[in-house]
Amino acid sequence: MYWNKTRECMSREELRFHQFQKLKDTIDRVYHNVESYRHKMQQRGIIPEDIKSLEDLKVLPFTTKQDLRDNYPTGLFASPLSEIIRIHASSGTTGKPTVVGYTRRDISNWAELVARCLVMGGGRRDSVVQVSYGYGLFTGGLGFHYGAEKLGAVVIPTSGGNTRRQVMLMKDLKTEILACTPSYALYIAETLEEMGIDRNELHLKTGIFGAEPWTENMRKEIQEKLGIKALDIYGLSEVIGPGVACECGEQKGLHIFEDYFIPEIIDPVTEEPLPPGEKGELVITTIDKEGLPVIRYRTRDITSINYEPCACGRTHARIEKLLGRTDDMLIIRGVNVFPSQIESVLMAAGETEPHYLLIVDRVDNLDSLEVWVEVSEKLFADEVRKLEDVRKKIASDIYTTLGINVNVRLVEPHTIERSEGKAKRVIDKRKM
Amino acid sequence: MFVKQISVFLENKPGRLSEVTRVLSEKNIDISAISIADTTQFGILRMIVNKPEEAVAAIKEAGFPVSTTDVLAVEVADRPGGLNHALQVLRQADVSVEYLYSFIKRNEDKALILFRVEDPQKAVKALEAAGIKLYESNEIASL
Ligand SMILES: [Zn+2]
Repeated sequence: MYWNKTRECMSREELRFHQFQKLKDTIDRVYHNVESYRHKMQQRGIIPEDIKSLEDLKVLPFTTKQDLRDNYPTGLFASPLSEIIRIHASSGTTGKPTVVGYTRRDISNWAELVARCLVMGGGRRDSVVQVSYGYGLFTGGLGFHYGAEKLGAVVIPTSGGNTRRQVMLMKDLKTEILACTPSYALYIAETLEEMGIDRNELHLKTGIFGAEPWTENMRKEIQEKLGIKALDIYGLSEVIGPGVACECGEQKGLHIFEDYFIPEIIDPVTEEPLPPGEKGELVITTIDKEGLPVIRYRTRDITSINYEPCACGRTHARIEKLLGRTDDMLIIRGVNVFPSQIESVLMAAGETEPHYLLIVDRVDNLDSLEVWVEVSEKLFADEVRKLEDVRKKIASDIYTTLGINVNVRLVEPHTIERSEGKAKRVIDKRKM
Repeated sequence: MFVKQISVFLENKPGRLSEVTRVLSEKNIDISAISIADTTQFGILRMIVNKPEEAVAAIKEAGFPVSTTDVLAVEVADRPGGLNHALQVLRQADVSVEYLYSFIKRNEDKALILFRVEDPQKAVKALEAAGIKLYESNEIASL
């Protein structure tokens, strides 16, 4: 099942033709409407007419989050405010938030993309969709909401929080598709256990989870605990929000909607393009956006791209499940560490709940990493020796995977703060 | 033949032990033996109580990982060499002892020791053959 078969299954040749037309329009748009883009192109002596093929995209300069900050709040908008009907903003960990704007057409296109994702997850006109992403400035809630409405589904806009009530509604209204962060999905699963509700009392079929990196092991756990198929959705507000890419039922990579976005993978350090299959930073150019088009936007997300045809029939390329953000990357004693790698080790150990916290510190000028792991009922043993063995095994598995020595600390359940939005996985005391 | 022991995971930080004892006293549960095995980071609290199922539920509710283990409640003479006798019997039967601790209450001139052994069946056989008395759960409750 497809939401828009013509677009989702168009031949690669047609797609490239479509992309080139749209790219030219976008470059014209930003050159004439956005001072910052015009200035950057002029500095390099480029005019829109120089873009004669899709490959010429590579001569254009990158856009970064810093560009959005420098042009705070609306300096990169390519539409007058009279055309803008919605603002979203991402929380700025340093200083000002990033503000993004949408025209009526952008909102409609975004809903189209999310509707495609919902159909990938088995969504239909009569599906009940519960949106447990936060509503408000964050794009998750409203992005899903409009997409589910476009599909014609029954939308339950629970937003995040008040989990027991969410579970009650989920059960009573027979929710079939749940949209939230993967960590919140696990929290919901825990709440079910606490409330003594069996997953078979629910009607959940699919979860569409995103807004934070999560591992295959976490997917396995969510699928088992909730009895659903868990699909990964990708998006970022600077590009549009959730719905940039999503997994189909094959669960072998996320189709990136190439009729709206041109993806590239680059080496984050040398900025050179990388061939399909190689891991690098995802760079996106929006080609059908009015309010805030972005040219070669550095997402800081690490993935690889695959142009092989997919069994589902969609022709759009697939990106690999996100491996973490370059921002989340911790450099510990010179080794690049993604929290998701530690999570994989913990879950592969099979003995722990995926609740962990990484505490990075610097002692005597040497980086140290402490991994707090909550002791689950399953992991707990009556003998000190067995618990010590668990600790040692986790530490040695991390050493095998990452090549760094860590101190593993076993903590009581619920010691580590549960978030209802993004999970806090790292405390870096070196920055305090 | 065996007695149900409750084990609880505790982090090594102030107030955790008293949190468990508070939960139990609220449910009017009586502790007849208690011990803690600890490391620098965490400890394992082990207890014999009069209402094990209720205790497990209450401790779980309070958020602690908890498990139950079968242990042996062995009667020894409360004088020098009393414990040694039981240990010699086990050694001769080639049963190794994981840990042991004693009851708070005594039965007249006898002390009661809890044993966690590697091979409980074998241990029972050896101790009984040596004429050493093992207590059942109901006998402990009536002490
Ligand atoms: Zn597919």
